[in-house]
Amino acid sequence: MRNLLIVFRREFAAYFSTPLAYIFIVIFLALSGAMTFYFGNFFERGQADLAPFFAYHPWLYLILIPAVAMRLWADERKTGTIELLMTLPLSTVEVVIGKFFAAWAFIGVALALTFPIWWTVNYLGSPDNGVIVSSYIGSYLMAGAYLAIGACVSALTRNQVIAFILAAAVCFLMLASGLEIVTSFFIGWAPAFVVDTVTAVSFLTHFQAILRGVIDGRDAVFFTSLIAIALFINVAIVDLKKAQ
Amino acid sequence: MIKISGLTKRFGPITAVAGLDLTVERGEVLGFLGPNGAGKSTTMRMVTGFVVPTAGTVTVAGHDVGEDPIAAQRVIGYMPEGAPLYEDITPVAFLDFIAAVRGYDGAERKERVARAIRLLDLADVAHRPIGTLSKGYKRRTGLAQAVLHDPDVLILDEPTDGLDPNQKHHVRSLIRAMGRDKAIIISTHILEEVEAVCTRAVIIAQGRLVFDGTPVALKGRSLSHNAVTIRVKRDAAAQARTNLATVAGVARVVEKPATNGIATLVAFPVDGKSIIQDVSDRLRRDGCPIEGLTVDSGELDEVFRRLTTTV
Repeated sequence: MRNLLIVFRREFAAYFSTPLAYIFIVIFLALSGAMTFYFGNFFERGQADLAPFFAYHPWLYLILIPAVAMRLWADERKTGTIELLMTLPLSTVEVVIGKFFAAWAFIGVALALTFPIWWTVNYLGSPDNGVIVSSYIGSYLMAGAYLAIGACVSALTRNQVIAFILAAAVCFLMLASGLEIVTSFFIGWAPAFVVDTVTAVSFLTHFQAILRGVIDGRDAVFFTSLIAIALFINVAIVDLKKAQ
Repeated sequence: MIKISGLTKRFGPITAVAGLDLTVERGEVLGFLGPNGAGKSTTMRMVTGFVVPTAGTVTVAGHDVGEDPIAAQRVIGYMPEGAPLYEDITPVAFLDFIAAVRGYDGAERKERVARAIRLLDLADVAHRPIGTLSKGYKRRTGLAQAVLHDPDVLILDEPTDGLDPNQKHHVRSLIRAMGRDKAIIISTHILEEVEAVCTRAVIIAQGRLVFDGTPVALKGRSLSHNAVTIRVKRDAAAQARTNLATVAGVARVVEKPATNGIATLVAFPVDGKSIIQDVSDRLRRDGCPIEGLTVDSGELDEVFRRLTTTV
């Protein structure tokens, strides 16, 4: 636990030792604002809720989270610091989890800084704050799932650009597996349970359920178990490929 | 302290290390030599638990690296090849992270970091991002990281690469001083470094041990070990050469081109035996006009080449 915290602190601080953190936060806030107001018609809808704000998160994360995740391992391998890190008396599990939580906390900071929009909607009307809280939690869990997949992919390569593109592609498949673009590929030849399974792993399906304010444990469990599985695979990849 | 037995590493069809056996005790500074690609770095990576061996075992201070790598890593200070570092942060922040991982807290952590900075003379750059530092400072930051916890076992992959002569001298005396109560392995391809800091030299080629002994013994393997170099007036050179060739124990005499009217003759001994007495007696008897007389202790480069190319 102590070691996990040490890794966490170093990784978290690393985001803020370069302009990356500030650029990410500014772009995240600008894009989420723009999408809410322009595409989401925040004012025109005349409803005091944050549905248009959260509705674009899956798409926003698709680009921004692979950008946070890509450096996690690819950079360590490229600069050779992975050899330094993995020969310190730290277990792979401690390093993988410490890195993941540092990146997740960083995304948490960016997400928390969207608080003015919550304040705005409360000023303008009286929204269901329970739904907003559960939507924030859902959005954060979904971000964690994107991130865990991105971290996993980052451990496969020493090239950050490849890590970014691969992570974005995998995340897109996970996101869109409930949409026609992916299901139509299976319908017609695959048995129904395959189509159902593919639809069931869709980020979008689970996230939309959370947005409706239905606090269904299953959606939260879906994202947390996805994070756990991805981190488990991440540990295996690092152990196998660290010296290559 | 370090016990390597039957250590083997294969990467697909390539055998990087082939059944290496080696034991390093406390108080030894072992110079690990070999051509590029001989398996030096791979061996060091297996000792530090970064690379998993195909076969064989490594024990560090009683801990089996394969079974309990973390216990072994606690007693090892390691600087990987090229001294990789987190370039975005400062040496102080970096060493603070290392000290935290090494289990130090509070005042003791500060003291450890300060000591490492003092030891490697990093005070001037302690608060500048590592990425902006010169190669010499980076290398010393890498060394500071390795010695921070005063480990019993030090493994340094090319510790003086990229340092200027003054810094090299500084780092070598540091290694020598630490070698008194630690087991140290340094890899290098600078042969003079082995003479300067090591108590023992090991040469590997194609993953196999080809020499294990003291640096002096290594030099003794040189063809020019105990050879005598004689500088004489050019006119007397031919005669001296003929006379020397008849001295018992002299294998052959080589004449080098003359400069400023002085010729240089080198008399090589049979089996590296000392011939200086016989050679000088003979020259004196002949009344040869000698300008200079020196005994060679041997050429490391030449031994290294012979040992690593005949396998």
